[in-house]
Amino acid sequence: MSYKGRFRVWRGDASGGALADFEVEVNEGEVVLDVLHRIQATQAPDLAVRWNCKAGKCGSCSAEIDGRPRLLCMTRMSVFDPGDVVTVTPMRTFPVLRDLVTDVSFNYAKAREVPSFTPPAGLAPGEYRMAQVDVERSQEFRKCIECFLCQDTCHVVRDHDENKGAFAGPRFLMRVAELEMHPLDVADRVPAAQDEHGLGRCNITKCCTEVCPEGIKITDNALIPMKERVADRRYDPLVWLGRTITRRRD
Amino acid sequence: MTEIERHDYDVLVIGAGGAGLRAAIEARERGLRTAIVCKSLFGKAHTVMAEGGCAAAMGNVNEHDSWQVHFRDTMRGGKFLNSWRMAELHAKEAPDRVWELETYGALFDRTPDGRISQRHFGGHTYPRLAHVGDRTGLELLRTLQQRIVALQQADHAETGDFEARLRVFAECTITELLTDPDAGTEHHGAVAGAFGYWRESGRHVQFSAPAVVLATGGIGKSFQVTSNSWEYTGDGHALALRAGASLIDMEFVQFHPTGMVWPPSVKGILVTEGVRGDGGVLRNSDGERFMFGYVPDVFKGQYAQSEDEADRWYDDQENNRRTPDLLPRDEVARAINTEVKEGRGSPHGGVYLDIASRMPADEIRRRLPSMYHQFKELADVDITAEQMEVGPTCHYVMGGIAVDPDTGQSRVPGLFAAGECAGGMHGSNRLGGNSLSDLLVFGRRAGLGAADYVAGLDRRPAVREADVAAAAAMTLAPFDAHPAGAGGENPYTLHAELQRVMNDLVGIIRTESEVVAALDRLAELRARVHDVVVEGHRQYNPGWHLTLDLRNMLMVSEAVASSALLRTESRGGHTREDHPGLDAEWRHRVLVTHCVRDGSGLGSGAAVVLRTAVEPAEREPMRPDLLALFDLSELEKYYTPAELAGHPDAGRSAALHPEGGTA
Ligand SMILES: Cc1cc2nc3c(=O)[nH]c(=O)nc-3n(C[C@H](O)[C@H](O)[C@H](O)COP(=O)(O)OP(=O)(O)OC[C@H]3O[C@@H](n4cnc5c(N)ncnc54)[C@H](O)[C@@H]3O)c2cc1C
Ligand code: SF4
Ligand code: SF4
Ligand code: FES
Repeated sequence: MSYKGRFRVWRGDASGGALADFEVEVNEGEVVLDVLHRIQATQAPDLAVRWNCKAGKCGSCSAEIDGRPRLLCMTRMSVFDPGDVVTVTPMRTFPVLRDLVTDVSFNYAKAREVPSFTPPAGLAPGEYRMAQVDVERSQEFRKCIECFLCQDTCHVVRDHDENKGAFAGPRFLMRVAELEMHPLDVADRVPAAQDEHGLGRCNITKCCTEVCPEGIKITDNALIPMKERVADRRYDPLVWLGRTITRRRD
Repeated sequence: MTEIERHDYDVLVIGAGGAGLRAAIEARERGLRTAIVCKSLFGKAHTVMAEGGCAAAMGNVNEHDSWQVHFRDTMRGGKFLNSWRMAELHAKEAPDRVWELETYGALFDRTPDGRISQRHFGGHTYPRLAHVGDRTGLELLRTLQQRIVALQQADHAETGDFEARLRVFAECTITELLTDPDAGTEHHGAVAGAFGYWRESGRHVQFSAPAVVLATGGIGKSFQVTSNSWEYTGDGHALALRAGASLIDMEFVQFHPTGMVWPPSVKGILVTEGVRGDGGVLRNSDGERFMFGYVPDVFKGQYAQSEDEADRWYDDQENNRRTPDLLPRDEVARAINTEVKEGRGSPHGGVYLDIASRMPADEIRRRLPSMYHQFKELADVDITAEQMEVGPTCHYVMGGIAVDPDTGQSRVPGLFAAGECAGGMHGSNRLGGNSLSDLLVFGRRAGLGAADYVAGLDRRPAVREADVAAAAAMTLAPFDAHPAGAGGENPYTLHAELQRVMNDLVGIIRTESEVVAALDRLAELRARVHDVVVEGHRQYNPGWHLTLDLRNMLMVSEAVASSALLRTESRGGHTREDHPGLDAEWRHRVLVTHCVRDGSGLGSGAAVVLRTAVEPAEREPMRPDLLALFDLSELEKYYTPAELAGHPDAGRSAALHPEGGTA
């Protein structure tokens, strides 16, 4: 069941690099990460690649396979023909540190810009009551493993470094939506979504949804509903006023 | 040598899993300047992989639950070897720690009346595990991560600097703790800081801190078949040993009964116990639910004896006993091992785990989404239609750093430990779900302990420059050109050999001759590690990182093997084929590992592995009011008569108490 697979792996660092060719054994049931590990163990011990869980749960092993943003540990070799050359490159949107490892600090900086969960005053621990149907919307977004593949793929920042300052990216716009839809969060998050996190730059192409390994409907369930909330308020300030009042009352 | 980057903090937390983050939150909330260091990116620690849930006796689903019941379950699961004080604190405080997570923004699955839902798990009398589908660890870790961010935002609002009081040093590996022999006690110099390197650049970094909390997780990467990630190289265990702390219970390694077995590249990846908690059952190749034949004497009377009763139990726990599919993990893992050995296994050397025939497909996808995904993507198996193939996988280490239960402090002043790297809480076998709660309860306590310790110091221990230089030299030795003639060793090859040795010779079933052989092999590997030569340079070099991790793996593996050799009985995560029974005389003894620094055979070459020695000591007897929570008849299965003289029922006839009546 084994064959010699042909791989082209980008090797280099911030100063530059190139694709390196490898011929390496591939066995039944393996994923791309297994093959990269074999390259490490037998041919290039210093090949840099991030990983942790090897089961699609931690979001560490993000890279691009034949130009598509993917998790290395969840891409099975069986999707390729034995004759294919498999090309593995680092995520393009983030600066390369070494080989397949990129500097993803952009994402951690964006995470800090979203104000945290704000519970109602006076609600003691243990007294939180929420219905399952109400938590489910935010729970979908909390499945996010922070692989940052959606951030990598979004065209607003993919080849536009200049947009990075004003755009939180799908992952963190979704975080805003998650808190906005949290049944007990009392902060108003709609104006900032548009003004500070750059929701207006998203033109709902759904590329982020397509690459999300967790299958989260980022665009349909988080971004579009947020856009609707923004639109409601823009056109009708009274709606906004009414909303804040009822929100405070319940 | 280039200038070393230096930082000064009040508390240094090593590890950004549940335990480390909870400790850091506590230290920061007590006003201390706190640093968190971790080997991976922030938010990727092993805790993120936990699936099933977090045990806490909130009584949301069954109101009969209480801390006493949880305490008893924990002690039974650990076969009465647990630190009873830790088990007590854990059972009492876990509900508050879970509720606190909701105030940080966590969204657990709900009961119909809107409270946190709780699920069944092995060894827990009542449905007790707070959960979010089968991704509870992700929810827990992300919540704590977001709490850290919230605290940083508060600091930013106040000082203009997010990192004024709480900073995360991600992808930074600590290789040595630094102590000050002129501070601390007569025998143990106090902690003064830690030394490490940035994975990205390979540059050195040194922290000064009067208190260090170790929260580095487990050791599973020394075994071939494991659910653990590359991070689990026992660093905290080894760092603590080298700094003068001791380890306990290192013979107890948990093999989770259900890991994936096929295809080979995913062998060992975990299949959550939640599958069985929610109704999945184990079957052999004859289709038989074999667990009914494996209820051990100590648990007789507590588990269902027929399939009908077991199936009724899911809905009515008052009138039925639980299914033996949910026996503690050590029992289930051994049972699977036996079934396979006796020829009733599945094609790929496991047994079957069946949820497909027990629940509608939609329900399975809703309750176990990541299991569905995992099997579909990695094994081409649709668990809503087919049975899974599963077998034991190295999962968790019960043994760890010996700490004071209340504060988490080791015997080295200023050195604290919490989470999987700390020992005692789980005795010889951990119950599922008791780790996530352990992280929260003892993470917080270690943070508090560290804060109190720092507040009580009149002078900060000082880092010695010679120690820093030695630590730096140690990390760079593997780059040194090798003496002409000898071929260098490949770190990946050594690692693979170590994993085979531990798996085959110190694995789920052990015998004296095999463990002795393992110790010999470990000695060889210790010698060969001196000859490792690292290729490339210091920038993000995994071969180099592995070489440094091997120092710790080899040290901890020796501790496991030596302890396993000494304990001549079978209990929990330690099964000796040549000593198959429980032995009450071993219950009250604890095996303590410490580091031997006699220098014999330890050159100044590359990657020096220090030796360890193991000695027996006595465990502290359980407090009488806690002992009285158990029926005498149950305790008699574990304790020597002399130890039970203080029990309120002592002297009365044990026959008064029906078996299993405590549940
Ligand atoms: C697949 C799986 C499923 C599980 N499911 C459950 C469950 O449902 N319920 C449950 O209760 N338990 C479960 N467990 C067990 C539980 O997840 C772990 O025991 C627990 O998460 C350990 O947490 P921790 O905080 O001690 O360490 P971890 O979360 O592992 O964190 C360790 C941290 O230490 C850092 N570190 C290690 N060494 C160094 C070093 N030298 N320098 C710097 N940093 C270092 C790492 O980078 C990491 O950040 C599961 C475990 C696995 C593997
Ligand atoms: S839908 Fe919006 S956020 Fe997603 S990729 Fe397209 S532009 Fe980016
Ligand atoms: S939303 Fe999906 S693609 Fe984006 S970071 Fe989260 S898991 Fe990854
Ligand atoms: S290694 Fe965790 S997602 Fe791939």
